[in-house]
Amino acid sequence: MTRATVVPAESPSPWSDGRVNMSTSLAGLEMPSPVLTASGCAAAGRELDQFFDITRLGAVVTKSITLEPRAGRPTPRMAETPSGMLNSIGLQGPGITAFVERDLAWLTQRGARTVVSIAGDTVEDYAKLAKTLRMHDGVDAIEVNISCPNVAERGQVFACSPDSASAVIQAVRRNTDSRVPILAKLSPDVTDITSIAVACVRAGADGLSVINTLLGLVIDTEQMRPALAGVTGGLSGPAIRPVAVRCVWQIRQALPDIPILGMGGIRTGLDALQFILAGAQAVSVGTTVFNDPSGPIRVHQELSTALAERGFSSLAEAVSYAHRAPQDRGLSESIAPAEIDEDSL
Amino acid sequence: MPEQYRGEVVSVRRAGSYHVLTLTAGSIATQTRPGQFVALAIGGEESGLLLRRAFSIHGVQERGVFGGTVDVVVSPHGAGTRWLAQRHRGDAVNLVGPLGRPFSLPRDPVSCALVGGGYGSAPLFMLAEQLRARGCRVDMVLGAATEEKLFGVLEAKRMASTVTLTTDDGSLGQTGQVTDALAGVMDQHGTDVVYACGPMGMLAAVANMATARGVYSQCAVEESMACGIGVCMTCVLPVIGDDGTTRMVRSCIDGPVFRGDTVRWADVGTIPPDTLGASPVRESSEGAR
Ligand SMILES: Cc1cc2nc3c(=O)[nH]c(=O)nc-3n(C[C@H](O)[C@H](O)[C@H](O)COP(=O)(O)OP(=O)(O)OC[C@H]3O[C@@H](n4cnc5c(N)ncnc54)[C@H](O)[C@@H]3O)c2cc1C
Ligand SMILES: Cc1cc2nc3c(=O)[nH]c(=O)nc-3n(C[C@H](O)[C@H](O)[C@H](O)COP(=O)(O)O)c2cc1C
Ligand code: FES
Repeated sequence: MTRATVVPAESPSPWSDGRVNMSTSLAGLEMPSPVLTASGCAAAGRELDQFFDITRLGAVVTKSITLEPRAGRPTPRMAETPSGMLNSIGLQGPGITAFVERDLAWLTQRGARTVVSIAGDTVEDYAKLAKTLRMHDGVDAIEVNISCPNVAERGQVFACSPDSASAVIQAVRRNTDSRVPILAKLSPDVTDITSIAVACVRAGADGLSVINTLLGLVIDTEQMRPALAGVTGGLSGPAIRPVAVRCVWQIRQALPDIPILGMGGIRTGLDALQFILAGAQAVSVGTTVFNDPSGPIRVHQELSTALAERGFSSLAEAVSYAHRAPQDRGLSESIAPAEIDEDSL
Repeated sequence: MPEQYRGEVVSVRRAGSYHVLTLTAGSIATQTRPGQFVALAIGGEESGLLLRRAFSIHGVQERGVFGGTVDVVVSPHGAGTRWLAQRHRGDAVNLVGPLGRPFSLPRDPVSCALVGGGYGSAPLFMLAEQLRARGCRVDMVLGAATEEKLFGVLEAKRMASTVTLTTDDGSLGQTGQVTDALAGVMDQHGTDVVYACGPMGMLAAVANMATARGVYSQCAVEESMACGIGVCMTCVLPVIGDDGTTRMVRSCIDGPVFRGDTVRWADVGTIPPDTLGASPVRESSEGAR
């Protein structure tokens, strides 16, 4: 594919600026927009629907749901950090039964594409969650949040071990309709994210969500103790964006064909473009929603404009573009080849 | 329905140690009911301070030269409130609102005591006006650490049948706290409903005092909020539902106004063991975020 002159897109997204085909496909999930919400930053869509039409999104990614209702961690649950925040919510939620009855039913009736995020303490929890979801309509994909402590491994996070991560993904895959794609959501708090990515794909993940929050800690210097009641929390927001883009880049190099949902600090269309160029087919907008409730829609529009300005006629053409060798870029003003130093990755 | 509005500062005035900002707010102004709040973005579109700050809506003007406007009372201390206090006429301030559940108003013309601690009095004047319009009696009790931190004394005197002031240091009114004065006010005026806004400690004391006397109370709480719109679950506190079950409830959309006898004041900041979904074991510091 070459980056040629601007041609009218074949099936333009109904709400892009018309010049760029913004539709995308993530492991078989067809979406008119590459912009989704991020788990835990959009609840189950209802609140954001007051600010913009959530059916215009690629999809709503719901707050990770557990088997039983969960009260979560004590407060304070958040601390603001430079260009970001630390959170320790502790997966507060109503449990899968109430979620299916109230939230999933509402999303389905509303006509929103829905990616259901699931979380558990044991491999068995994940299997049961998948079994429950299998009995219901309206699940367009499942995102498996494996950044949870594995009770059987003395609390080691599933996402930090290739074996635990595979076990969870296998259990979910086995209990999910083959037409429903499964995305494994990876943690950046690992030595080698590509080895976890490879393990998840071998275990049956159809795509990867990259990345979850980074573990952090803030000390309140007035009280002289941790600012969060849960002591540590997950760092998110623009502060983590370079880490997230690096993770997408490395995984794209290791797994050229795996669909990637990129996220971490996306605030503008150009931020989203970095993820697309690094290899993501779609992106999630998380913490930015707290600053700008209609942020996902704005990001879509800005991304569409940014693609048009760069001469792309479709989003698909831009995916992984930053990995291309200069001779494959279709650039007339061919620039000097960049050195790619594999060892430094 | 809440909305996002690119507002502008119409005026800033000092009131004791507070800054009162009037902001253009479009139809946020026409929708506002007493007790609701706005979430203000700090520092422009590229600001590194990502989280909005919540402020009670002190007053609104539905139609004027500037269209709808809202007033907020800012107590500068941290980075965000200091930034707001430094705004000038014409500066941009982005608003989301009106947010949260308002105070509920009595159907009958009952006797109401309105209790404000520090800038917590900010939302009480709109409330007083609407209560008066319904024929309710309004007595106000305003307290703060010092005279500079009392907000709205003159406004209170205009609106309320009686105004009782307290300061910790005795710089104005009675020396002591609002709760010291409240019992007397309630007895004297046969208070049927107590409305309160202020620091959590004050709300707990006021709610407990009202409940002990069999008086209905409505308290506007202040919890740390990341989103203000109900999507993040940071702002929760333990509240007893109609079914008797305690749940961790979002103060931004199920509050900030709660019935005083439903909040488990002594347990705020914890997950009481009998809360729906409380876990006796889970205490790993990793993950689960
Ligand atoms: C419903 C509601 C109504 C409020 N009304 C008013 C008002 O009328 N006038 C006024 O001066 N203040 C009010 N506050 C408190 C105000 O939101 C905080 O003082 C402000 O967010 C602090 O920001 P900062 O940057 O100055 O402080 P920082 O300490 O730097 O803030 C850091 C982070 O913590 C949060 N935070 C810190 N303290 C508080 C707090 N007390 N409450 C909520 N979030 C906090 C901030 O939002 C921010 O995300 C209200 C809070 C709530 C929840
Ligand atoms: C308040 C909050 C709650 C979150 N909850 C979840 C969750 O339940 N499950 C999950 O997989 N990720 C959760 N995340 C992580 C986000 O989905 C996202 O991966 C991360 O925040 C990075 O994106 P961002 O910088 O755009 O927010 C949460 C993030 C935040 C800020
Ligand atoms: S502040 Fe986010 S849910 Fe209340």
